[in-house]
Amino acid sequence: MNYVFQFGDVWAAWPDLLWGCWLTIQLSAVSMVLGLLVAVLGALGKTMGPKPVRWVVDAYVEVIRNTPFLVQIFIIFFGLPRAGIMLTSNQAALLAMVVNVGAYATEIVRAGIESIGRGQIEAGLALGLRPLQVFRYVVLFPAISTVYPALSSQFILLMLNSSVVSTISAQELTATANDLQSRTFRSFEIYIVVTGIYLALSMLFSAAFGGIHRAVFARPGQR
Amino acid sequence: MRAFGIDEALFIIAAVRWTLLLSLLAFTGGGIVGLLIALARTAPPTWLRRTAAGYIQLFQGTPLLMQLFLVFFGANLFGANVAPITSAAIALTLNGAAFLGEIWRGCIQAIPNGQWEAATALGMRHLPRMRYVILPQAGKLAIAPTVGFLVLLLKSTSLASIIGFVEVTRAGQIINNVTFRPFLVFGIVAAIYFVLCWPLSLLSQRLEQRFGTVSR
Repeated sequence: MNYVFQFGDVWAAWPDLLWGCWLTIQLSAVSMVLGLLVAVLGALGKTMGPKPVRWVVDAYVEVIRNTPFLVQIFIIFFGLPRAGIMLTSNQAALLAMVVNVGAYATEIVRAGIESIGRGQIEAGLALGLRPLQVFRYVVLFPAISTVYPALSSQFILLMLNSSVVSTISAQELTATANDLQSRTFRSFEIYIVVTGIYLALSMLFSAAFGGIHRAVFARPGQR
Repeated sequence: MRAFGIDEALFIIAAVRWTLLLSLLAFTGGGIVGLLIALARTAPPTWLRRTAAGYIQLFQGTPLLMQLFLVFFGANLFGANVAPITSAAIALTLNGAAFLGEIWRGCIQAIPNGQWEAATALGMRHLPRMRYVILPQAGKLAIAPTVGFLVLLLKSTSLASIIGFVEVTRAGQIINNVTFRPFLVFGIVAAIYFVLCWPLSLLSQRLEQRFGTVSR
C-alpha cells in the first residue's frame, strides 16, 4: 500500500464538522422529545384505547419496525410532495426520525406500562383519580422509569441512524462529511474522524441520559 | 419517463435475491465472528473480556453507514478494486458480530451459576465447560433474539444501496428515477421488506414465549 494519509484537509474543516455535529445533536434531541411524545400517546392508545385505536397503533408499530429506515425516508421525502405535502429535506428527515423512533419507543413504553401492577391502578382509582389522571400520575412515571435503559439505548440508536438522512441531503454531520469528501477526496480520513465524532456523541448522549435519569427518576433518599 | 408496468415491478422483485444473499453472507460472517466475540466477552482472562467489550462499544457506538463507508473507501485505498457487495458484506459482518456477540453474551451469562460450578466441580476446564455445559443451554435461549437480529440485519442491508449495491432499495431508486412514482415504487419496496421481516418478527415472539426462560 503506497497511500499517504493526509488529515490536513479534515482538520482545516473543523468549524464545518463542529457545526455538523451541532446539527446532528439538535436533530436527534428534537426527534427524541417528539418521538417520546408519540410513544406515550401510542402506548396509551395501545393499553387503554378502544379496539380500532389499538389496531391502528399495532399496524403503525409493526409496519415501521419491519421496514428499513432508509425506505421510510424515501417514502416521506419523495412520496409526500406527490401528495401535495411539500417538505424541505430537513423537515422530511425530522419527520422520518420521529415516525421511526416513535414506533420502537411505543413498544418499549407499552412494555413498561404493562409492568405496572393492577393494584397500583386500582389504588389510584380508589383515591378518586380519573383514568387519565391515574395514567399521568400512577402509571406513566414508574413505567418510563422501568424501561428507561431500553429507551435510552433506542434513542442513541436513533442518533446513530440519523447519519442515514444524509441520503436526502438533510444537513447534519454525515452530510457535512459528504460535502467535505466531494471537495477534498480524502474520503477515508474524513470518515474515520467523523466516525470518532459519532462515538464521542454516543458517549455524550449516554452520559446525558444517565444524568437525566438521576435528576428525574431518583427517589428521595436515593440521591 | 417510463410507465410503471410489470417489467418495472419484476426488476424490483428480482433484486430481492441480492438482499437475501447479502443478508446470508452477513449472517454467516457475523455469526462466526460474533460467537468469538461472545466467547471472548465471557472468557476468564480480563484482557480478552476488555478487548471484546471495546469491540462491541466501537461498533455499537458508531453508525453502520460510517462503518460501511470506511470499509468501502478503506478497501479501495489498499489498491484492491473491491466490489460493493464485498464491502457491504464485510461491514455488515463486523457490525453484526458486535450485535450478535452482545446478544449471545447475555444468553451465556443467563445460565445459572450452579451450572458453571457443577461443570468446574466435574473437573472441566473453561473450553470443555463452554462446549458441553454452557453453550448447549445458552443456544436455546439465543434462538429467539437471534431471529430478532435477522430482522435488523435484513433492514440494515438497505444501506448497501448507498455505496451502489443494487439490492431491493437501490432497485427501487433506479425504477423511481425513471417512472417518478415514489409512493408506488417505495411502497412496493417497503412491502417486500415487510413480507420478509414480519414473519421473522412473529416467529421471534413465539420462540421467546417457548424458549425464553432458563430451565432449572
